Amino acid sequence: METIGNLIPPFDWTSFLFQPWTPPYEQGSLWILVMGFLVAASCGLIGNFIILRRLALVGDAISHTILLGIVLAFLVTRSTGTLPMFVGAVLAGLLTSVIIEFIHKHSRIKPDAAIGITFSTLFAIGVILVACFADQVDLDQECVLYGEIAFIAYEEPLVVAGKALAPLSVVRMGGVFMLILLFISLFYKELQVTAFDAGLARSLGINPTLFHYATMILVSLAIVSGFESVGAILVVAMLIFPGTTAGLLSDRLPVHLLLSVFFALCYALLGLHLATWLNCSIAGAMVVVAGGIFALAWLLSPQKGLIALGMRRFAQAGT
Amino acid sequence: MRSKPRKTNWSLPKVKTKVLSFFVVLFGVLGLGYVSLQGTPMGAQVDRFFSFQDPAVRLAVVACLLLGLNCGLLGAFMVVRRLALVGDTLSHCVLPGVILGFLWGMYKNPWTMFFGAALAGLLGLLCVSWIKRTTTVREDSVLGIILTSFYAVGICLITMIQRLNIEGKAGVDKFLFGQASALSEQDVLLLAIVAILAITFVVLFYKELLVSSFDPDFSRTSGIPVSFLFGALMFLLTFSVVTALQATGAVLVVAMLITPAAAAYLLTDRMHHLLIFASGLGMLSGLLGAFFSFLGSRLPTGPFMVVGAGAIFLLAFLFGPQYGVFPRIWRRYRYRSRIQGENTLKAIYRMLEDTKFEKRKVALEALARFRKQSFAEAVQDVKVLKRKGWAHFEDRSLKVMKLSPEGWHRACQITRNHRLWELYLTFEANYAPDHVHDDAERIEHLLGEEIVKQLEERLNFPNKDPHGKLIPSAKDIEEGLKIYGDDR
Repeated sequence: METIGNLIPPFDWTSFLFQPWTPPYEQGSLWILVMGFLVAASCGLIGNFIILRRLALVGDAISHTILLGIVLAFLVTRSTGTLPMFVGAVLAGLLTSVIIEFIHKHSRIKPDAAIGITFSTLFAIGVILVACFADQVDLDQECVLYGEIAFIAYEEPLVVAGKALAPLSVVRMGGVFMLILLFISLFYKELQVTAFDAGLARSLGINPTLFHYATMILVSLAIVSGFESVGAILVVAMLIFPGTTAGLLSDRLPVHLLLSVFFALCYALLGLHLATWLNCSIAGAMVVVAGGIFALAWLLSPQKGLIALGMRRFAQAGT
Repeated sequence: MRSKPRKTNWSLPKVKTKVLSFFVVLFGVLGLGYVSLQGTPMGAQVDRFFSFQDPAVRLAVVACLLLGLNCGLLGAFMVVRRLALVGDTLSHCVLPGVILGFLWGMYKNPWTMFFGAALAGLLGLLCVSWIKRTTTVREDSVLGIILTSFYAVGICLITMIQRLNIEGKAGVDKFLFGQASALSEQDVLLLAIVAILAITFVVLFYKELLVSSFDPDFSRTSGIPVSFLFGALMFLLTFSVVTALQATGAVLVVAMLITPAAAAYLLTDRMHHLLIFASGLGMLSGLLGAFFSFLGSRLPTGPFMVVGAGAIFLLAFLFGPQYGVFPRIWRRYRYRSRIQGENTLKAIYRMLEDTKFEKRKVALEALARFRKQSFAEAVQDVKVLKRKGWAHFEDRSLKVMKLSPEGWHRACQITRNHRLWELYLTFEANYAPDHVHDDAERIEHLLGEEIVKQLEERLNFPNKDPHGKLIPSAKDIEEGLKIYGDDR
């Protein structure tokens, strides 16, 4: 019988700092780091616009419903290729946001309840389908919920001219990252206006609905290419955390975007080390780190931090 | 001006027959399905389920019913207070607590797991309200942050447990998706305790909960302890989420909180009905979940429960008598065709008026000219009247029509409404006489008997409208109807 004392391994600086980077781990660690960074940065960048439009939990909803999209795509095409999965997941994401809008518009159900009803029902249908076709589908719900990034090192790499270049999922995620980067830099002004003032956007000739659905498609893309490695719920964390933490430190959108990318790097690196020490899920550790950085920002932010707030209140009471 | 409450166009006995026939059809379909399943293995499973002989079945059914009751009852408050997604956050927050509770005794002890989960859930809710109070982060982002960080801690703990050599650690996974047949008697006992607590709380504080759910400011000024009630509600919510976890799983508890309550919200406007409907629909979805997961042996319970609740919501969303999509479309259609018909009636009245009521029959050619429309449109309009029993064609070639006594009556009423309202606007609201027509055009279809009588009194029983036209009085209409029968 083991005891709870064995749960947390003893802390050791040298192994904490260097173990991931010593053979035979270093190759795997590098790809885990790159993948973690790409997921967090893609989600973080697009997440900024989602948070601004108070759609943070729509991301949560989509991250659940892609299970249904993937299962249906598999049942229709009978293949586990990348393309059908992508198409299925993106369609499921779009369907989710359309249903939410529809319920909210055509009844007196409030948007938050509409989100909850939609994603839970679609997710439940997905789980039932997985359970019914369990012998045919190489998918389990747990994998969708908390994927495993550590397997990335054992994945089949993309081979170019006879040389192994990078694991396939890293390449895929990199593509999505570039796409999101391109989208944001091309349509930065439009995204900014629609995020803050949809009415103004419409009067300027920008179609907010179009940008809404374009953003939702990108979110679905980021989620579907990230969920296998970090799990659906943790993708949601990556959507919300970078933008919100940046929001505690600055009021400027460009600064938010830059900080998001920086935070993504922090999450990936520190998460990897934390997971090595505790010997636990790397994706989980990344989110724990994200939570820790949020807590630090909440406490120490020079403008909006708890300490700054307390000091200001103290100074006010003094005068 | 007082007005009678708006009459809905479905009366109670009609609804009763509708509901009754719905259930007759439902049971017919179920009975047919049951008979056709006889003799198959699935039929045997159905028999086994409904005989309730199997203690495991009985336990699972009781658990699912209690769960549906708890979640529906408390979920109703969440839905009306716009806190629907707090349930989602709560159900994810409890994960680390469940695992710590498991680690406490190193086995699946329902009591320690219950307390661990409840503590973690309450801690999560406290964090939410604390962050909300001290930062400018929006509520949905705060919920997302707390949800994912607690959940991530839970996942780290689960993966750490995998390394340890503990018996029964596999059972912890059940908390993610739920399996009602894995419930023990102690779990059901916990569910029952929560149900009793929840019902007692709601019954005792019904009035206070009602007021503070809809108007917290007013209730604070009238001395109701709003934050105490909110805290107590959150406590009970946490308990019910934690006890529901094993049957539905962490991811789907939120559905049992929101979906039955939202469906009930579409069916009624009264809070006590809402509570009863929500608990009833919750129990129904619980039963459906237990039944279907039993049919397919080894299938998880939670998802079936949620899909059952989703189907109930869909039915309410589409067919709910008052807020359903289709009844609303139907009512709009009925209203439009009534207005179209009444406008035609009014035109016909004015044409008859122009002949000093010498004639009864109207040529459609003349009607079309009068309303500046094509002959085909006039035929369409008169066909609408015919469908409502307000008119009939005098000949096969559809060239001449005549109003029925009911149509004549309604035509007089509409004209009277129109002219009275024009008069009212001119004298009481100081409108210019040439501005009153459009307004009257809209209101004439909505005025009821009672209001028209009051209008008449108020205007001192007038007989001419602002344009000098005669207003048919109630007496005129009565007498006109008597002589209307003779054919001229």
